[in-house]
Amino acid sequence: MTVSIETPRAPRTVRRGGINWEKWGWIYMRVSGVALVVLIFGHLFVNLMIGDGVKALDFAFVGGKLSNPFWQWWDTLLLWLALIHGANGMRTITNDYARNNLVNLILKGAILAATIVLLILGTLVIFTFDPCPAGAAANLLPTFCSAG
Amino acid sequence: MPGKSVGTAVPSAPRGKYSLPKFSKPKAPAGIVYRGDPGMWSWVLHRITGVAIFFFLLVHILDTALVRVSPEAYNAVIGTYKNPIMGLGEVALVAAIGLHALNGLRIILIDFWAWGTKHQKLLQWIVIILWIVLLVGFVPRHLINVFSE
Repeated sequence: MTVSIETPRAPRTVRRGGINWEKWGWIYMRVSGVALVVLIFGHLFVNLMIGDGVKALDFAFVGGKLSNPFWQWWDTLLLWLALIHGANGMRTITNDYARNNLVNLILKGAILAATIVLLILGTLVIFTFDPCPAGAAANLLPTFCSAG
Repeated sequence: MPGKSVGTAVPSAPRGKYSLPKFSKPKAPAGIVYRGDPGMWSWVLHRITGVAIFFFLLVHILDTALVRVSPEAYNAVIGTYKNPIMGLGEVALVAAIGLHALNGLRIILIDFWAWGTKHQKLLQWIVIILWIVLLVGFVPRHLINVFSE
């Protein structure tokens, strides 16, 4: 069997030391992917399959869910794992198709900026929001708001 | 490497001594070895569904952030998710997520398990079957929720 090497003397990149970020990115996609299968299908099942599904979604439903530490941490994990997984995938696609250095840099900068802003925003929302805001109509709130 | 045409860089053999292999001009973009194979389509679909899910995720984080604004603001926006057109969009979303998830698991099995590499075609069929099972479970129930008053 013959193996043909197109340009045997072509210079090739040799890695010397340092952290192999591409390798860790590759591992991250697979590890987070498995976790996301559980987190996302759990999320979809509870929000779209149980009860009246999408028709039951409103502030009271989400407020009730997010006042439970279990769902707070479920959603936090989902937010971080999914957004970083998606951003890294978009980075890969950008590197594949955006051959112009400036365009490549702008696109990846936009992905990075959106990711950082949304991670901070999402995490703050999950941990600082009030399920029973003062002055809101009681019929819009979770039932436990008027319990005591 | 896709796009690189086969046979452009023939090592310069001494002319006359050896007969150079003859290359016919490729009919289509050359070097795309697995063009048309199911593996190519699952790769393409993985990218397309991935990008679509990413943009949905951006919007979904922003709409959920409205719980921090007011119950009225959140309910107004989430209400649009309940109209029939968005209901069909949610079917597409779950179909995309299901395919991306199952195909991702297939990739992991191929990467880490020799059996998976050997039987990747079988795994592809399993992905399609499980995807159909998932949609059979989800779509009727969701559409009943969407279209019932």
